[in-house]
Amino acid sequence: MKTKLLTALLLGTSILGTAGVAYAEDVTLNIESWRGDDLSIWKDKLIPAFEAKNPGIKVVFAPSAPTEYDAALGAKLAAGSAGDLITCRPFDKSLELFKKGNLADLSSLPGMENFSPVAKSAWQTDDGKSTFCVPMASVIHGFIYNKDAFDKLGIKVPQTRDEFFAALDKIKADGTYIPMAMGTKDLWEAATMGYQNIGPNYWKGEDGRAALIKGEQKLTDKDWVAPYEELAKWKPYLGDGFEAQTYPDSQNLFTLGRAAIYPAGSWEIGLFNTQAQFKMGAFPPPVEKAGDTCYISDHTDIGMGLNAASKHADAAKTFLSWVASADFATIYANALPGFFSLNSAPVKMEDPLAQEFVSWRGKCKSTIRSTYQILSRGTPNLENETWVESANVINGTDTPEAAAKKLQTGLDSWYHPAK
Amino acid sequence: MAADIRPKRPFRWHIAIFLAPAVLVYTAIMILPLAGTLQLSLFRNIDQHQVFVGFDNFRTLFGDPNWSVNFWNALRNNVWFFIIHMLVQNPIGVLLAALLSSPKLRFSAFYRTAIFVPTILSFVIVGFAWKLILSPLWGVAPHLLDFVGLKSLFTPWLGKEQYALTALSLVSVWQFIGIPMMLIYAALLSIPDEVIEAAECDGITGMSQFWKIKLPLILPSIGIISILTFVGNFNAFDLIYTAQGALAGPNYSTDILGTFLYRAFFGFQLQVGDPNMGATIATIMFLIILGGVCVYLFLIQTRLRRYQF
Repeated sequence: MKTKLLTALLLGTSILGTAGVAYAEDVTLNIESWRGDDLSIWKDKLIPAFEAKNPGIKVVFAPSAPTEYDAALGAKLAAGSAGDLITCRPFDKSLELFKKGNLADLSSLPGMENFSPVAKSAWQTDDGKSTFCVPMASVIHGFIYNKDAFDKLGIKVPQTRDEFFAALDKIKADGTYIPMAMGTKDLWEAATMGYQNIGPNYWKGEDGRAALIKGEQKLTDKDWVAPYEELAKWKPYLGDGFEAQTYPDSQNLFTLGRAAIYPAGSWEIGLFNTQAQFKMGAFPPPVEKAGDTCYISDHTDIGMGLNAASKHADAAKTFLSWVASADFATIYANALPGFFSLNSAPVKMEDPLAQEFVSWRGKCKSTIRSTYQILSRGTPNLENETWVESANVINGTDTPEAAAKKLQTGLDSWYHPAK
Repeated sequence: MAADIRPKRPFRWHIAIFLAPAVLVYTAIMILPLAGTLQLSLFRNIDQHQVFVGFDNFRTLFGDPNWSVNFWNALRNNVWFFIIHMLVQNPIGVLLAALLSSPKLRFSAFYRTAIFVPTILSFVIVGFAWKLILSPLWGVAPHLLDFVGLKSLFTPWLGKEQYALTALSLVSVWQFIGIPMMLIYAALLSIPDEVIEAAECDGITGMSQFWKIKLPLILPSIGIISILTFVGNFNAFDLIYTAQGALAGPNYSTDILGTFLYRAFFGFQLQVGDPNMGATIATIMFLIILGGVCVYLFLIQTRLRRYQF
């Protein structure tokens, strides 16, 4: 009875829906997303900009709650009621949708050529042949610093590791500021803002990451243990009781002006701009010697794909090509400072801190977090273990070598790359 | 002869009808999910299909070091969590109840309420409140210790492997101390005055009256509290999750069966949930609790003496 009623209702709405479309002679595209926070940006800026250029296509942004998104989307796709455009989570979650045939192959979409292979890697099959989502934004890792504190203590922005530690020593000796705001309580700070932040300089970005996936390098190799050795050296520069310091604690310590350096992700920019009362700057992870090639973690975070069952595939592709264009990138990156467009075309941004972050793309090589693609599919989960071990290394309860060995043993137990 | 043939008793429908609502509801919300969990633990997802694998999941759980190390760690932590409750929560609960039932105590209703209030607070509030209290940055704990000159005793307890679990156990004790207190308090009040008066006539007063008369009379209540604590502790999850997160850091030192189950069943971050292994862990938890309750029912409760008044 209930099912019948529901079916009738659904049928009714779908007929009404199609009738509406037929009447207006417009195509309406629905966007599925978990970014409810961005609703006003889509409604007021992005969609009007698109509709002005493409009469006849209407776009509706219909987000659901982040925690419910994956489950809700799965149910809608199965029932055939999902929107035409689907916001893609990076890596395995979207790959699974593609394998099930829910996402269309977009490899030949006009505009796709605007993205580098690294940018597309989050939404590609393992062999890199098919791409199924248009990359929208990434987050970049680095260090945000308190400019006022640096000026007061006469510290120059560090370029090399020696300068970096010299700066930390100087801040510590002065005593006004906690040298670095980071805690190990929430674990992921140590892994994401620590290991994945400074690591690419050691394992040479994409080269090391690809070699790890191919099985040519191991986490116990020098290049992968070295970041842990550096992390272990951070301990004396962290605040009192950092073992129980949570992520919001670290944010507050820095924005209240009590700490000088904050190992960061660019997503902090929006919040820090509204909270901090002092001038801020940013620098990329320091390299070993001045002039060395630098590598940054430019982690792909959000993309957009096409529902394979969409009735308006052509209109949706027009929209996706626009998402891949520089127009979209400019509006999006300026509305959400810290979420950077992955478009190869340079994007003009107003926010100075965001500009600083994005300028590193010009001089450094980009990579993504080493544990995200392929390597976190099994048990034990490499990403989770990296959280735990990074915190252990900073806490001093594991040596860098022991931590690396544990990670590699765990990975070996299920991951056997074809050689 | 005819008198011997009794009229056949009609089937007593009303019994079935009166039982039906409770049985149906209980079956739907307790027995079916339990059976579903047990069933799920015997299957495995292979190429998007659920395949019957017998006890393979249990073999993985106990045989594969990737699972067994975590499992034994969680079980060990859970036992320690339980021991702390038995050693701290229940004796203090009995003590508080004894003090509250003393007729000389003034404001006893106020104390009773005040001590019971944390029990009705949400885990989320308790978890966050204690995280703040113990925070090395903004917490009151370091300041209070500083106030009495004992700052050196302060360490970031929740962030240290060797202290975190004990600290959280004590937070949980703080929260739930009201339950043993209330149950024992009720048991103490139900001891008839004649028994106490008879004891007084025999010259048993004060402390010895508590040990010799009252304590034996409330032993059954203490037994019930122990078993409630056991079941509650081995099902615990919320406090650890709110205070330490699903990875139960540092270095899994606060990982108990509940958080281990959560990670396996629902997944965490990039870890994809595995309902089959999750159900396997849930089944083991069920067996542990069932075992504990059986030990109590058949070995302990039958030996407790009952006093009829």
